[in-house]
Formats: sequence, C-alpha cells, structure tokens
Amino acid sequence: MTMQTTALAPAERAVRLLGGDLTERSLRQYLEGLSGVDAVGLEQRAEGLATRSIKTSSKAWALDRIIELIDLTTLEGADTPGKVRSLVAKAITPDATDPSTPRVAAVCVYGDMVPAAVEALGAAHGDPDDGLVSVAAVATAFPSGRASLAVKLADTRDAVAAGADEIDMVIDRGAFLAGNYGRVFEQIVAVKEACRRDDGTFASLKVILETGELNTYDNVRRASWLSILAGGDFIKTSTGKVAPAATLPVTLLMLEAVRDWHRLTGEYVGVKPAGGIRASKDAVRYLVTVAETVGEQWLQPHLFRFGASSLLNDVLLQRQKLRTGHYSGPDYVTID
Amino acid sequence: MKDIQPSGRGFLDYAPAPESTAILHLRDSYGLFIDGEFRDGRGGSFATISPATEKRIAEIAIASDADVDDAVAAARRAHSTVWSKLSGADRGKYLFRIARLVQERARELAVAESLDNGKPIKESRDTDVPLVAAWFFYYAGWADKLDYAGLGANPRALGVAAQVIPWNFPLLMLAWKIAPALAAGNTVVLKPAETTSLSALLFAEILQQADLPAGVVNIVTGTGATGAALVRHPDVDKVAFTGSTAVGREIAKAVAGTHKKVTLELGGKAANIVFDDAPIDQAVEGIVNGIFFNQGHVCCAGSRLLVQESIHDEVVDRLKQRLTTLRLGDPLDKNTDIGAINSAEQLERIRTLSDLGEQEGAERWTAPCEIPENGFWFAPTIFTNVQTSSTIAREEIFGPVLSVLTFRTPAEAIAKANNTPYGLSAGIWSDKGSKILAVADKLRAGVIWANTFNRFDPASPFGGYKESGYGREGGRHGLSAYLQPGRVEVAEEPAKRRSGAGRVEVAEEPAKRASRSRRPAKKGESK
Repeated sequence: MTMQTTALAPAERAVRLLGGDLTERSLRQYLEGLSGVDAVGLEQRAEGLATRSIKTSSKAWALDRIIELIDLTTLEGADTPGKVRSLVAKAITPDATDPSTPRVAAVCVYGDMVPAAVEALGAAHGDPDDGLVSVAAVATAFPSGRASLAVKLADTRDAVAAGADEIDMVIDRGAFLAGNYGRVFEQIVAVKEACRRDDGTFASLKVILETGELNTYDNVRRASWLSILAGGDFIKTSTGKVAPAATLPVTLLMLEAVRDWHRLTGEYVGVKPAGGIRASKDAVRYLVTVAETVGEQWLQPHLFRFGASSLLNDVLLQRQKLRTGHYSGPDYVTID
Repeated sequence: MKDIQPSGRGFLDYAPAPESTAILHLRDSYGLFIDGEFRDGRGGSFATISPATEKRIAEIAIASDADVDDAVAAARRAHSTVWSKLSGADRGKYLFRIARLVQERARELAVAESLDNGKPIKESRDTDVPLVAAWFFYYAGWADKLDYAGLGANPRALGVAAQVIPWNFPLLMLAWKIAPALAAGNTVVLKPAETTSLSALLFAEILQQADLPAGVVNIVTGTGATGAALVRHPDVDKVAFTGSTAVGREIAKAVAGTHKKVTLELGGKAANIVFDDAPIDQAVEGIVNGIFFNQGHVCCAGSRLLVQESIHDEVVDRLKQRLTTLRLGDPLDKNTDIGAINSAEQLERIRTLSDLGEQEGAERWTAPCEIPENGFWFAPTIFTNVQTSSTIAREEIFGPVLSVLTFRTPAEAIAKANNTPYGLSAGIWSDKGSKILAVADKLRAGVIWANTFNRFDPASPFGGYKESGYGREGGRHGLSAYLQPGRVEVAEEPAKRRSGAGRVEVAEEPAKRASRSRRPAKKGESK
C-alpha cells in the first residue's frame, strides 16, 4: 500500500486514542478494526425497543421532553426572513393555548438566515439547558457537501460570526465511500476550528453522516467513530434531503458508538436523528432507545436532539389529548 | 457543556402498561375435552394458579385411567369413522380454520398464557401465539401433499397419537404436536402440563368453534399419572413427548417392545459460542435472548456461554450493563422482560442449582431487580469463572441463569460445546461466514443458530442429539413422524409385472411387513 502515512491534523481525541503519530493509516486501521454490525440483529433489537408501551405519566413526561429536544427546522430554498420569524415564534411559544408547553431546543436554518433568527429570538436566545432557544445553522455546502474546503470553512465562519450557536456540517460522503477517511477527518477538524469564536469559545459542532448514502451499518459505525475522533460534539444521522433519513436502527447504532466512547473516555457526545420523524409515537420510541442504550441522562438538549419540523405539531396534539381527554385536529395547532 | 446530573431512573421507571384481562372470559372450572365436549373428570381436580400472584385462576379436572380410556376410545372412533375418511384437502380446511381462529383470538390466548404460565405478555403476544397460528397454517398446507413427505406415495397415518407437552410454551407445544398429527391424518389425545392447562382448554373451545369432528382432538388434564396412563395405553399408536430427560427415559422404557412410534424432545444445555470477531452488540443481545427469553424456561436455551478468552471481560461487562435494563415483574405488563418462574418447585430447583454453583467456586452476579412480594421470581443471574466440570455447566437449570466459560481456539470451543450429554441446540457468533460453517459442521446439536438465537419457524425441523431426544418436529421431518409408508400392492403374478406399467409400487422391507402382520387388526384398518 502506498500513501496513507500522511500525518493527519492532531485532533485532541484522536491523539489520545491513537497516539501522537496520527496518520491516515493508523486512523484507517482503527476504523476497520471496529467490531462488525449484524444487520438482522441490530434491526431486531430496534424492533424490540419499539414495542415498549409508554403510558400515562411516562407519556406526559416524554411528550414534554420531546419538545425540549426538538431542533425546529426550516431548510428550504424558499426560506425568507418572514418564514424564519414565524418559525422562531413557534419555537418560543409552541402552543399558545397552553402556557405550560416547553420551548424547543433550537431553530435550525440555513446560514444566511441566522441573523434573522437571532433577531427574532431576542431575549429568548440562549442555551436550551437554561430554557432558552439556540440557533443552529447548517453549513459546509449543505446538503451535498460538494464544495472546496475553503468554501465550507467560509460558510461555517459566516454562520458563527452571525451568531449561530450550533453548526450542522455534512461529511464528504464521496471521500468516505472512496476510503479517504483521512480527508473526511481533516475536514471535520478544520470545520471544528472554524467554529471557534473570537472570544475563544466554540459553536457546538454536529456532524451529519447522511447515513442514507453510507448504505451499510458498518459504514455508519465507522463514520460515527471518525466523527467523534475528529471532535464532533454531536453525530447526526441525516440532512433530511436524502431518503432514508433517520431510522431507529441507525440511531441505535450511533447511540452505541457514543456509549462506547463514554465507556472509553468518560466523555459525552450527543446524537441527533433528523428527517422522517413525524409522529409522537415514533419520537417516544427514540426516547426509549436512548434511555435503554446510553441511559436517560442523555435525554438533555446538549446530548440528544430531534431534527424535525412537523413532529412538533403532532406532539402538541398528543399533549392536548392528554390534557383534555379528546383528540382535536390539525386546525387546533398553528402551522408554524 | 454543562456537567451531567444523572437524573436517576425517572423515565425508565415506565408507568404501568398492563394488558387488560377483560377480553378473557374464563369459567370457574374446566372439565376434560373428550369426544368434542367438556365433561367432568373422574380423578378429582386441582386449582391452577398464576405464578406471578399465586392467586387461583380456575379449577382443572384430573383425568382418571377410565377417562384416559374414554379419550383414547373417542380418538380411535374418530380416526376410523371420520378423520381417516376425509381427503387431505378437507383435513387442511379444518387446520386453516383453526389457524385463523387462533389469529382472531390471539389477544385472548396471549393473556391466558401469560396469566397461567407467568411469561411476559410481550412474548406470548409477539412470539408464542403468532407461532401457534404459523404452525397450523404451515401444516394445513401439507395435509393434501403427503405424497411429498418423503415416504413415497400414499403414506398412511399412524392412528391415535398420545401427546404429552411441557409447561414452558403450553400453547406453542400444543401446536407443534397437534398440527402435524392432524395434517397427517391422525387423531389426538393431548395431555397438557399440570401447571399450564388453561390455554389448551381455550384451544378446545376453538376446536368447537371450528366444528372439528368430535373425538379428533381430545384434551385430558391432570398430573403426571394421567400422562403416564396415556402413553402406556395399549390402543395408542404414537407417543410424542416434550419435557425432561428423566420423564423421557420413563416413556422410552414404557413403550419399548410395543408397536408405538415415539418422538422425544427433551432437555438441553446449549453452548452459545462467541468468537472475538463477533458483532459484539448483537452478540450481547443474542446472549440475553438465548438465556433470559421466557425466564430461561427453554429447552434449547443458550445456558452455557462459551466466549473467547480475549474478549471475555468486555462481553461480561456489556452483558451486565444490558441486564440492568431488563424489567422483571407483572407478566401482563407490556414492558415486562422477565416474568415469573412457572412454579414453586421449579424455583426451588433453580435456587438449589445456583447455590451449588456458588459453592463450587463460580462467581455469581445478579441483575438489580425488585422482586415482587408474592409469586415465584428469580432475577437474571450470571455465573463467571465456571469450569466445564461445574454442576451448573453440566445440568440443565431451566431458569434465567447463565454460566460463562471461556475458550482459546475454535477447536477448543467445539470440544467444550460438544462435551455434554445433551445436544439440542447451539449458537455461533462470528462475522466470518466460513468460520460459522466450519464450526457448525462439527457441533453435535440438532439446531444451530448463527448470529441469532431462539428463532423458530414451522418449516424448520427441530430436535436433538443424544439425551436431548430423538425424532424431529417441524418441517417435512416433523410430518413424517406421524406417517408410515403406504400399503404394498403385491402383484398377483410375476408375469403381469411390467416395467413402465404406470402403477407405482411401494416396496416394504420384509421385516417390517412381518411385524405389522403380528399386530392385532384394528377397527377401520381392514379396508
């Protein structure tokens, strides 16, 4: 084998795990040495978790927690400042008929909409752990990621400078599938660096694997570890622009990766399934999967998020049902 | 990022989600199901209890020897006058009807099973009852295709089948026994286990609903004595038993020297072999499913974990972590993973063997579970540092107890796996297909699962080597256990026998023919 002895950017986590002479080869050896994934077994386990029956008080808690974990998202070419203002209003007050309804964790928008989101949030802008709403921006030539590194970094810096608290980047799936793990790694390291603010703090970095394009569970496991080693604060399933987006087995697999990272280092990495989660029932299954795989301490905004847009309204309908005892309809929740 | 304050087990203490028992309409007492109707037993009665609460569910009749006589007579009558005269397609129609009724009444059957047996509702609902329906559907399809059962053209039924089943999968074992017997054209007298008669009696109601001709299936409840009377009955042609090896031996002795055909599905001490290249997370799931499914009351349970020494600590660590998420409790709660032990007697056996394991030097670890006040319970338990000579590595515990042993090479894994008087099942975990095939080839076990465990399908034969019994259930093999080769048509003059005459002649060994002719002729067999 040629090449591969090229030294890689000395990302802190990778150096700690793989040693100081971090190279493409050592990274590849590590990723390829990870235990395989048996697809049938993984899907069977996810299916088993999906049969949990969450009722009464547990359901009420789960519904509120789901809202608190939502990244309320609009990622359309047709997005306007008006649309973003509307989204932000919904994020702050999801259900005006019930003031006890919690706020969502964040709004997720394209980079150029960050100023509009920040302005609309005003005093409500801040850390979701404190009950405030963050601004997450997709960056790095989202959703395809097909741009030069310089463009991706500029995209990221722009969003951070405009006040984004969280950056949702995409990995270079082409490079990953071609086996250029080092390239994918270096890009994540560079984007992480671009998340640094002037005061030295960092915007939180979510690394989107786009699992629908990685195709095999073994690839998802490798990409998860690669992203963690490169410094990602979160690993995220999908852009929502590719089908299949988030699935329960894929999310379970990524949770196993952050669980194993925690076993190894004591550090916490977040997981964000995104795309395709529309029903409360599905979202509850994700909560169960988190709680039974990594523990319920992961059910906090800085460790678990749902990337979703229509999920919120379904949860609100379920909440109303719990409160009033009967189902209403889509006309009883606001469209955004 | 803020530090994490573990918030205890708030969400994970899922609120109760009990399956309603309102769907279940039980009688206060049940008689015997003989000749198409329920009738009182003449051997007294006993109360069947829920092992989770020790509360009485219903009164169950005990069949006396005279009742067993009646049941066998009814089955014989039904065989000679009705069942043997029906076409295969018509027998199939009844079986299809039964399968559909099982599906229609699935929830009711699942609730009854969990109530009486103690197994979690999620298992009776998602595994037992769907498999029961699958078994009837599968064998319904066979009823008019017996020529392809592997015994040549026109195979014949054996006659009356005496079937004795265990308490671990009451309804599923009933289906394993009754479906192939009826498809092959036999009639049946079935004896459910003493502690779990309820679902068989509900099944009898389904048979009435399906309008199955009277006497084709008879269900006699009672104790071990009832079962012994049934298998010893002289007018029985076939004995099928699932249960302990000790009882299996007695049955083998009792039928030795008679005309009865026998299949026995007995105990097991299956090895679940985990190689260092296994998909580790799925292997851990498979270990859990292998030994803690149905509280370990599974004859093919993976009760001996053979793990490659290099990954022993990691596997055991992950396993313990996983076991802390198992929920033990009310079998009718939809979130229960571990239900009740079926009887006080079985609980005592599990306790005794576990204590022995500790005395012999194995290290005991028990999952942290709250044990309910009433009922019979045993928390999931792992023994590490178990040696091949330990009692808990040799004897079938039939409970949620896992013995962990190690090995260094595939050859050692195979040797240890085979080093048991049993040979029912085994599991292999490896990402390498060639290794799986090579190891599977050398394991002496009837069923071998690769990268999975405890999966059942009606099309797949199931049965054991050595002390795990003989004969196979399921698939074509399970069908042929209820059949004999077709009658020999002897040509009158050799001159008439021409090749290519278009008539199929079935040759039969002379010895076999002689033994049949010694057998007393029976009603309905002379035509």
